[in-house]
Formats: sequence, structure tokens, C-alpha cells
Amino acid sequence: MKNGEKPHISSYTSHAIVLIALLALTFITVFVSEINFGAFSVGVALIVASVKAVTVLTYFMHLKFENRFTVWMVSGVFIVFALVIVITFIDYLLR
Amino acid sequence: MGKQDTYSHISYLEHKGRFKGIMSWLTSTDHKKIGLMYLYAIVVFFFVAAVLGVLMRIEKMNPGPDIMDAQTYNGIFTLHGVIMIFIVVIPGIAAVFGNFFLPIMIGAKDVAFPKLNLFSWYVYIIGAILGVLSQFAGDGPPDTGWTFYVPYAANSSTNVIFALTAAFVLGFSSILTGLNFIVTIHRLRAPGMTFFKMPLFPWSLYATAWIQILATPIVGITLLMVIAERVLHIGFFDPALGGDPLLFQHLFWIYSHPAVYVMILPAMGVVTEIFPTFSQKPVFGYGAIAISSLAIAVVGYFVWGHHMFTTGISYWSRWFFSFLTFIVAVPSAIKVFNWISTMYGGSIQMRPPLLYAISFIFLFLIGGFTGLTLGALATNVHVHDTSFVVAHFHYIIFGGMGFAFFAAMHYWFPKIYGRMYSDKMAYIAWGILFVGFNVLYFPLFILGLQGMPRRYFDYLPEYHNGHLISSIGAFITFTGLILMIGNLIYHRRRGVVAPSNPYQGVTLEWQIESPPTHENFETIPVIQNPPYLFKKTEK
Repeated sequence: MKNGEKPHISSYTSHAIVLIALLALTFITVFVSEINFGAFSVGVALIVASVKAVTVLTYFMHLKFENRFTVWMVSGVFIVFALVIVITFIDYLLR
Repeated sequence: MGKQDTYSHISYLEHKGRFKGIMSWLTSTDHKKIGLMYLYAIVVFFFVAAVLGVLMRIEKMNPGPDIMDAQTYNGIFTLHGVIMIFIVVIPGIAAVFGNFFLPIMIGAKDVAFPKLNLFSWYVYIIGAILGVLSQFAGDGPPDTGWTFYVPYAANSSTNVIFALTAAFVLGFSSILTGLNFIVTIHRLRAPGMTFFKMPLFPWSLYATAWIQILATPIVGITLLMVIAERVLHIGFFDPALGGDPLLFQHLFWIYSHPAVYVMILPAMGVVTEIFPTFSQKPVFGYGAIAISSLAIAVVGYFVWGHHMFTTGISYWSRWFFSFLTFIVAVPSAIKVFNWISTMYGGSIQMRPPLLYAISFIFLFLIGGFTGLTLGALATNVHVHDTSFVVAHFHYIIFGGMGFAFFAAMHYWFPKIYGRMYSDKMAYIAWGILFVGFNVLYFPLFILGLQGMPRRYFDYLPEYHNGHLISSIGAFITFTGLILMIGNLIYHRRRGVVAPSNPYQGVTLEWQIESPPTHENFETIPVIQNPPYLFKKTEK
């Protein structure tokens, strides 16, 4: 840990809230899988999964308490991954 | 140059750890020893795959079967590809010279996670052994080519799962090394070394590491999906099971095109170190080279579809990928311009590393320009899946990454072993290798334009002359390789003792002993100047 950076300890309460949110999102994933969104079915599933991933990264992996540079790096990874998915599926939609 | 028999200090090679002999290497977390373990493994596997390549060229000297049947040929070109791509060139420069020199060049004593570094090597060795075993275990050598295209890879009765597992395991090693390098660069730079005071080889490793950790997981999961398809009959890619084969190609190339930049970016980093040293002049356009590495990494991530122009992807996708393919040529061209400008007006010493670096530019340019032929939609249709692609690919990978690897071996050999090799033998080996390389691969461009398909075991009589010339080139190339490696191996122990800075380099590795001590630096240096400040340019 570099000079000036302070350790952070998350509370049990926040962990419990995140756990409940993740369980709720899992139920939503199962629920929306029953609905036919046509060509956007995969997209909807990915959006819910992305919300879950961001929640885990933010709280369980302490991204919220990291410096801005680290947040940018992780955000960049998400953007790249999202672009890859979007470009691939645009090919399917336009074929 | 000194004439003493040995160097006077205790280097990392003599450093006594907990174990002796081979165990001192196999249990060492010293980044330099791990780099050398990668080097030895890679050289061995390179020669295995090179022999397979020569066997293919012998088979193609004449039309019809000569020394093997068609199925054996399929197995051999698959293993040649798997070894060369996944075991040799992807780890290649980053794993060997990155491990050895990254910490030294940024003023650190080791990488951020030394134990993880050793673990990465073991994962690499396990993957490499699995890859070679795939030829001998189970139901016969895999015959899909290194691209594992589905549905063939899902249905082939050969030992495809072994090869897929090997590539999957090797990917883990690549990810862990990339992670280690990113953390090392962020956390362990010497005091005063800002990002823009960092040498350009570490910059190239930084860009490479990001590609490794972003792209490799995608191919990992893709290969697992193929295994699941074969074993559990889940329809991801096989149309017979309701899957889509083009999805496999998308996912495969999302990794495998950036993988080309995993191979070539460190190569560019190596020659960027060599040109200023042998011109005794600061690198021209430091910032442009550093940023162009990142630009190649970013744009190169989004050009994968140019491998799929003839597969039936949408018109707009083809247009999009073709456009980006031409865009990614821009930062590569910036680098070439800067390398040549670095030499312009410099005090050039034409030593073996510079000779290999200049050859790199020449061969990489041929590979790059023919890449534009493949990136253009109209011409791609004509030469797709012909030996033109094989020639282009080898000019980039062997002519580019390979020659940069040889340049790095000659450039840093005195630092790694504390000995000098024979310049005379190095010049002769280079000459044979350079001529052999062009005789081997240039005819494949012409054969491809004439319509010779790639991966074909046999051919029509009108292609005979081109194949014969190419095969002769293979023998010349192999002779050059043996001479080059022989020169280095012989002088590893018998060469004249090297001074700490035989080429008057200015980056940090040249400011410490040859070979370095176990901890590289007695005290961590404080950086005040830009990295390429030569005496003549100091003000």
C-alpha cells in the first residue's frame, strides 16, 4: 500500500445489503428468462449480469474505496468488453 | 574488452539459495532465472516446431505423397501451429526478456509477485507438455489446425480435447504474467521514474499485458465451450446441435487477433531499445512511440473480423473491420518512421543486434503491406485461405517477432551471461538466416496469388517450382538457425568476459554488472533524466 492510502473495512450491514441485492438480481435473471425479448434476449440477460458484476466489484472488491485511476482502469475493461459484445451482436442483427 | 577468464562479482547465476543444482532453478522466484527458464523451454519447443515445419516443406518438394500421408500432414501442421503460436510466440519476448529486464529497466529488484511468476512458468510447462502429448495420446494427432474451427473441431475423431486443454492452460500462464507486469509497472517503478521517463520496452510490455488480461479469458472460455460441445453435446457452435459456427470464429478471433499484438508489441519494444543504443542518439518521438503502443493495443482489439470477410458476416461488419484494419496500420507506421528517424544522423555501429533490428523493419514492412492486401475487402476474397496468407503471417510473426527475438538475444546476451558471442559467426548466421527466410516465404506470396490453397497436402504440377524453391529456403533457414543458436550456446561459457556496458547503452540494465547480481541493484536508483540521454546529447 502506497503512502497516504488508508485501509478500509466494510461493515457487515453493507455486505448483507449487497448479498440481498445479488439474490434479488438472480431472481430477476430467472424471471426475465421466461419473457421472450426476441433478438434482445441475450442483451437483457447481459445487462442484469453486468449490474451484478458492478455491484460485486464496487462493494465486495472495494472498488468504491480505491483511487480514481484504478476505477478508470476497471471501467475501461468494462467498456472494452461491452464494445466487443455489441460489435459481435450488431453483426448478427445486420446479417 | 577485458581478457580475464571470469567476472569478479557474485551474479544471480552463482547466487546460492536454499537448493543447489537444477532445484535452485526450479524453485527460484528470481525474475531473471524464471526468464531464462522460459527462454530454454521456448528454444526447445521452437526447434521441435521448426523440425515439423521442415518436414512439411520436405513433403511439399514434389507433388503427391513423399514422406507422409495426408492425415499425418494435417496433424503436423496443427502441432506446428499450436506449438509456435501458443508455446513460442505468444509468451516469447514478454515471458523471456520481459521477465528478465522489466524489473531492471524500471529500477526494481523483482516483479510484484515473484511466487506467482514462478507459478506462471509451471502452468506454462504443464500446458506445453499437454500440447505435445496431444500428438501421441488418445485417438491420433489433432488435425484441425491451430484455429480449432468449429464444427470440424467439434466433430473430428482425433485428439482435439487434449490440444484445446493445452491452449486453455497456456492462456492462464499468459494472464498471470500480464497481471504481474501491470502491477509491477504501476507499483515498483524507481523513485522519479514517471510513466514518461520509463524506457519504451517496459511501455510495450505494459500495452501487451493489458491485451493479455483482457483478451485471453475470452479464448479460454471459448475453448472450454468447444470441449463442452464435444463432451456434453451442448450446442454452442455446431449447427447440428443448434449452435452457430460463426460465433466460434468471432470469439476465437476476438482473442487471436489481439494475440498477434501480444506477439509483435514486445518485439517493437525490443527494437526501440536497440536503435538508440546503436545510433548513440535518443529515440526519435519518444511520446509518439509510447502512445502508439497503447493505440495499437486498443485499436488492434477491434479488428478481429478481418479474419472472417468470406464467412458470411454482414456487409456493415466487413466495412467496419476493414476500416479499422487500415486505421491500426497508422500507429505501426508511426513506429517505423520513428525507428528510421532515430538512426538518421546517428553514430551507427552495425553490430549483430542492429542488423537483426533492421531486418525486423524490412520483413515487418513486407508483412504489414501484404496485410493491407488482406485487410481490403476486394483483394481479401481473392487471396483468402491461400498460401498468400501463410506468407503474410510468417513475415509478421517470424520476420517480425522472430527476428526481434533474435535481436534481443544478441543485444542482451552480454548482460544475461556476462560473456560476448562471436560477432563474425553472428554475421554469417544472420546472412544465411535472412536469405533463407526470404527464399522460404516469398514464393508463398506468388503461389497464393496463383491460387495455391493453404493447408493442402498436395498440389497441381504448375505450383511445383514455387514449392521447390520454398523448400530449399527451409533448409537454408534451418542452417542459419542452428548456426545462430550454436554461436550463443558455445559462447555462453566460453565467450570473452563482457563489460557491464559493451554497447554504450543508457537504460538502467546497462548501469549494473554483467551478469546482474541477485537483487539487481545495491540501492534503488533515483531517476532524474529521460531514459535515452546519450553523452553527445546531454546539455
